[in-house]
Amino acid sequence: MTVQLSGVAVPLLLAGTAVVVLLLDAFLPARAKPAVLWVGVVALGAAFAGTLPALRSGAQAFCRTTGPPACAYDLAPYGAMLHLVMIAGAAVVLLLSVRAVGEQHLPPGEYVFLLLCSVTGALVLAAAGELATLVVGLETVSLPVFGLVALRRGGGLGSEAALKFFLVSVASTALLLFGASWVYAARGSLWLVDLAKDVGVRPELQPVLVVGVVLAVVGFGFKVAAVPFHAWVPDTYAGAPLPVTAYLAVVSKVAGFAGLLVLVGRGLVPYAHSWAPALGVIAALTMTVGNVVALRQRDAVRLLAWSSIGQAGYVIAPFVRGGRPIAGVDPLAAPVSYLVAYAAMTMTAFAVVVAMTREHGSTSIADYHGLLWRQPLAGAALVFALVALAGLPPGLVGLFAKVAAFRAVVYGGAGWLATVMAVNVVVALYYYVSWAVLVVQRPEVEPARRPVTTLPPPVGAAILVSVAAAVLLSALPQLLFAARDLFPVAAP
Amino acid sequence: MSALTGLLLLLPAAGAVVGCLAPRTAAVRVGLLAALLTVLDAAVMLAVFGYGASGVPQLELDWPWVPSIGLRFHLGVDGISLPLVVLTTVLVALCIVALRRYVPDPGHERALVVLVLVLEIGMLGTFLALDVIVFFVSFETVLLPMYAVVAIWGGPGRRAAANKFLLYTQLGSVVMLVGLLAAASYAGSFSIQQIVDHSGHGMSHTVQVLVFLAIAGGLAVKVPMWPLHSWLPDAHTEAPTVGSVLLAGVLLKMGTYGIVRIALPAAPEGAHALAPFLGAYAVVGIVYAALACLAQRDLKRLIAFSSVGHMGFVLLGIATLTPVGVNAALFGNIAHGVITGLLFFLAGAVKERYGTTDFAVLGPGMRAKIPHLAGFLAVASIASLGLPGFAGFWAELLALLGAWRPADGLPRTAYLVYLAVAGVGSVLTAAYFLAMLHRVAHGEVAARWRAVALPGVSAVELATWLPLVAAMVLAGVWPRTLLGLTEAAVQRLLGGG
Repeated sequence: MTVQLSGVAVPLLLAGTAVVVLLLDAFLPARAKPAVLWVGVVALGAAFAGTLPALRSGAQAFCRTTGPPACAYDLAPYGAMLHLVMIAGAAVVLLLSVRAVGEQHLPPGEYVFLLLCSVTGALVLAAAGELATLVVGLETVSLPVFGLVALRRGGGLGSEAALKFFLVSVASTALLLFGASWVYAARGSLWLVDLAKDVGVRPELQPVLVVGVVLAVVGFGFKVAAVPFHAWVPDTYAGAPLPVTAYLAVVSKVAGFAGLLVLVGRGLVPYAHSWAPALGVIAALTMTVGNVVALRQRDAVRLLAWSSIGQAGYVIAPFVRGGRPIAGVDPLAAPVSYLVAYAAMTMTAFAVVVAMTREHGSTSIADYHGLLWRQPLAGAALVFALVALAGLPPGLVGLFAKVAAFRAVVYGGAGWLATVMAVNVVVALYYYVSWAVLVVQRPEVEPARRPVTTLPPPVGAAILVSVAAAVLLSALPQLLFAARDLFPVAAP
Repeated sequence: MSALTGLLLLLPAAGAVVGCLAPRTAAVRVGLLAALLTVLDAAVMLAVFGYGASGVPQLELDWPWVPSIGLRFHLGVDGISLPLVVLTTVLVALCIVALRRYVPDPGHERALVVLVLVLEIGMLGTFLALDVIVFFVSFETVLLPMYAVVAIWGGPGRRAAANKFLLYTQLGSVVMLVGLLAAASYAGSFSIQQIVDHSGHGMSHTVQVLVFLAIAGGLAVKVPMWPLHSWLPDAHTEAPTVGSVLLAGVLLKMGTYGIVRIALPAAPEGAHALAPFLGAYAVVGIVYAALACLAQRDLKRLIAFSSVGHMGFVLLGIATLTPVGVNAALFGNIAHGVITGLLFFLAGAVKERYGTTDFAVLGPGMRAKIPHLAGFLAVASIASLGLPGFAGFWAELLALLGAWRPADGLPRTAYLVYLAVAGVGSVLTAAYFLAMLHRVAHGEVAARWRAVALPGVSAVELATWLPLVAAMVLAGVWPRTLLGLTEAAVQRLLGGG
């Protein structure tokens, strides 16, 4: 095995920064401790810049020297796109955390350490070239977040949320590990490159293989909160510190999907018959349950939690036709486009919710009445994010992501799923627009007790960065589809 | 020359941006300037359009947009879209002229003008699009501005009406998207021309039926076809005048235009299989709307229901799948846009003066009280009921003529029944318009209005209404102006038939 440390420079940088932050935290005086948040932001900025070259060529490390070439860390260009999304998402989360860490008395050093560890795991997960790396990556994403969810001291909600999340994380890694071992038993290799070769297995091992594939996919089902593996989401989202919720909804979810893409798009392509139909059904269930329950939510965080479940359905839907290109369209390119759009839109909405929760202390939707007139930046950003999530102009980022998802499903010939998606788009439209209308409505009387307030600079920056990404992707939707150029056509 | 096409979208966009930044008092003037420049642009297009080749797209603009999925920003006009483009620019300009005189509650004229200009971008984009995704994006662009126009400047039930409009038409749009993508997957391109030329090759009969059902069915919500029409009366009744005018005058046409432009040629066999059903729904709509109109006690609601009936004639024309019928449909599109646009302007003028459009409160005796307004109302009503000499006449007559001899292979007996039923519908149409005039315009002035001074018709109002009257007379006396334009393009869409 050859080691090429240059290939893993970015994850190493983040892991190294995590350790440095922990050390800094031990030696800095209490007053200066919050500075470590900025150390994290700078490191993530460097990581973002460092990932850009990988968009063209990818990155490899830990390659085997025997057999057909394969690397344990094998970042494809489309994976680099997801790396950028996760790194930027984590940076925005840190910006949002500056205030929360101070107000909720969270230990800054541990906070940044755990977050950077989790991001490192997310990067590894999206670049995994074999099943063991995949399992380790998934574990590394999840376990630090368990700590982050629980960091809020004294709150019963936080502990409950953390426990739920812990159990789900453990279950999901255990299922993946179990599934990977069955696949290994049937195929005798952990390398995704080997698994992607469609060589026959002995008939008596066929059921072993199918069980392995299903278990591994279900493991990711928990991670990406697909129905029926979603029950942990609302309580965990509501109980965690809000920036951590944003992290769960954006970075952690994108990481889960990145892992799923690597697993089924790169490794389990020949066994699409055992995962594709199941994922189609899961997609239909996920979007329907997510959107219908979201209709009834009166709390911003819970609404976004259920909406993120609904949105996940559109990401999973293209998986219904397996991993091979149909009519020149790679069905697994659409999820990458959708994830990029989803991250920009959802992060914007969460950033505004973080900003507003500080103002009111509650997360009720009713508090958003007339927000546009009190907080023009936050209000406009939220309206834009909601319109984009609904998939209407001017939020072209959401519209094009939906077109991509519909296109993959329709080209794949899954008309039934396209119909379910169509109905869901309308259901979701209702709650997104209702919220947006509330934000735009001018308050009947100008309440003196709610003057135009200024946003704390880091929160304002977080909102600005995420809404700028959403606007940029709306103006230049081709950036969303760059993923298609980057997507390697799956081996025939 | 193709810059003209780009300017059609750019001018309203520039107007909207400048309108946003301009001081509040100047916003309407800025919007009017932008709208008039757009009309001028459309007029120049009329002048330079190659009438000898009206069947093929001209003044094309074709830029790569998202190269990696083969999406192009592709616009152009042909004989079918050109009249609709002109109609749109003129109606938008007239709406903004009307806003100079009267802004519905709660004011905010700057926001209203900007929304109308954004609406114009979406409407023109829909008619100009030569790529299904551009078509879809434009189609969606009108949704939120119209929602806002109804929800902010509408009547007492505006929120519910606006929500209904939004959810119904969005469901239609997404179903249409599924159909468009399916058609594109078989044609191997998003280009509308390539989808037309491909004309459903390689699709099985079932797929053709499903594709036509998805595209035409999705669009039928916007038309609206009975029984998918129920959002329309509410939206029209609650919408402010400019909203109603653009909704009836242009937005509904986007539906029938899309059916003719994309649904028919994309899946000809599917169209053939479903055309008799389309015809049946169309004539049921005609009679249903006429009966509903007879029962209406409100002017705006009556005009709204009459739209369902008129669009029924348009759909009947399409359902014949013959050049005569489809030409009638495209003619009917323009005729209805002009006539109903005028009717909604008049209803707005009535509402402004009387504060209501309820017959029981209004009438009788408007002719004695405000003679000019009553005169316009009578002319518009007579045009709408299809009297010879006005545009509406040809639209109905040609649709009926098409039904007399539908395309080969369609069940002729069924179409003869449709013809008879539609004929009954058009008699009923005459009945309800005359009944409305009788209740509102004729007779002694009602006691409650006798002592009230009501303003007469102003010069701005005349300037808004007269162009529409001129257009409906012109198209009525000289229908060749319009039919000659659409004919060649229709031949091409119907596969040379």
